[in-house]
Amino acid sequence: MDKQMTAAEMVAQLEDGMTIGIGGWGPRRKPMALIREIVRSDLKDLTIVSYGGADVGMLCAAGKVRKLIFAFVSLDFIPLEPYFRQARQSGALEVMEIDEGMMLLGLRAAAWGVPFIPTEVGLGTDIITQNPDIKVIDSPYDNKEWVAMPALKLDAALIHVDHADKRGVCQIAGPDHYMDDWYARAAAKTFVSCDELVDTGYFKDPAIARQVHWERSATTGVVHIPGGAHPSSCPPQYGFDVAHFKTYTGSAKTDEGFKGYCDQYLGESEAEYQQNVGGLEAIQSLALPTY
Amino acid sequence: MTNPTTDYSLAELCIVAASKAFENDGEVLATGIGVIPRLAASLSMKTSNTDLMMTDSESFMLSEPNPLGAREDRFVQANESWMGFSRIFDNVWSGCRHAMLGPTQIDRFGQSNTSALGGSYQQPKVMMLGARGFPGNSISHPNSFFVPGHNTRVFVDGECDFVSSIGYNPERMPKGHSLDDVKIGLIITDLCVLDFGGPDHQVRLVSLHPGVSAEQVQENTGFTIHIPGSVPVTAAPTAEQLAIIAAMDPHNQRAFQIKDNPAGDRS
Repeated sequence: MDKQMTAAEMVAQLEDGMTIGIGGWGPRRKPMALIREIVRSDLKDLTIVSYGGADVGMLCAAGKVRKLIFAFVSLDFIPLEPYFRQARQSGALEVMEIDEGMMLLGLRAAAWGVPFIPTEVGLGTDIITQNPDIKVIDSPYDNKEWVAMPALKLDAALIHVDHADKRGVCQIAGPDHYMDDWYARAAAKTFVSCDELVDTGYFKDPAIARQVHWERSATTGVVHIPGGAHPSSCPPQYGFDVAHFKTYTGSAKTDEGFKGYCDQYLGESEAEYQQNVGGLEAIQSLALPTY
Repeated sequence: MTNPTTDYSLAELCIVAASKAFENDGEVLATGIGVIPRLAASLSMKTSNTDLMMTDSESFMLSEPNPLGAREDRFVQANESWMGFSRIFDNVWSGCRHAMLGPTQIDRFGQSNTSALGGSYQQPKVMMLGARGFPGNSISHPNSFFVPGHNTRVFVDGECDFVSSIGYNPERMPKGHSLDDVKIGLIITDLCVLDFGGPDHQVRLVSLHPGVSAEQVQENTGFTIHIPGSVPVTAAPTAEQLAIIAAMDPHNQRAFQIKDNPAGDRS
């Protein structure tokens, strides 16, 4: 089976009003080429589920997001994501603000086909008071109350990996796969961009096979986009682009705002974008971060 | 305590004071977010609690804490297991963790805020990070706080604008839980060390940094704190502790954590 498609073909499978999960974490291994393709499209009214970074900021700034399900939106070394803040502070964004672990449980519940997973996380906090849709229930087994974290069913998940084959076998060789396996399993369709497209024989090495975190049946489509995580990181290939993130966050302080950023960098295609940010070689030579 | 020194910075005093939060924890994961909390956990792991566990702040558990900042190419970190973020939650929910964090607001109940300030929830005046992992941390395992600028904007009158973490608030106690289930360790600030050991879990003054008065602490706190009859002065770092801190922080990032990097003794 050949699951290769273009980024535009992937975005063409998305519809207004869909719930879309985005893999990665903050400024790390985000499917940014696919995010850019959404920014270029006329999609709207999306519900986004993400451990958010510039993916969330850009989609908010481009007016694509009706509702955001989040625990944080941050670029880590730049703690506050400016376009996410603008969207929140404008009052226009509908939100479901939850704990990082609750998001994991919601994705698991969706993946496992159960309506909720009980947890004590969120009790006693404004996560419960500000989310009337998250119910607190009595346990049939003890005298405590528990948060019933609802399943976060995704119409689609977007994920960037370092290696994949055309059948949808995906390797994450970087230090952490985050919750990407749960995003893939929680989604009706999972679209993956990869830095390197490999032959299936590549996965014969057991050490590599162990870095495959979901079965190919959970991958709907694969697109080969070297540098596709830029400006987020894709270790071991490249780190995040500190200078570009600073330019991006700086653009939020200008009158032109995100439109000015897009005019300068977005381009009509990923090839144009990469040219505008200094080329693929420059992306691939970005140093890995030290924590 | 050997060789107490006189030449030390306030940041170093805070690191040593904060390291005490982990002293009696046994074998738990210490997560210090930010330079001073991370150095405090590292110092404790190397001295007062060698059973402590730490990660590389990315995805591996270490048997020796990493020095902060850029390291030489030949540096090999002492991995002992993989510890990605999904596995961190397995650890969090087991309770075997102690995090030290720096929220934007803390109220008299020990509830904290990392999410939003002012306005309404639908339209906050200042949006910050979001609740992050604070709700889960606070109900699952002990937490301590570090506050580099002790003032009434951080230690607020009334409740936090958004409550990210559970505290000793009877009004918010979930069914089947009691105030004693909440575990908040120390609050280390640029003025003092606090805990929740006052009557009915009231915030209590544990020690004053050299040159700081109890009145000064109360004036800069938006709620009434419990001030015992005699309050000790925060212990000065020893030469050994300073040497370990310097080795763990070779680029001196600690000098940039508290405004103007003051001396530890302000008397």
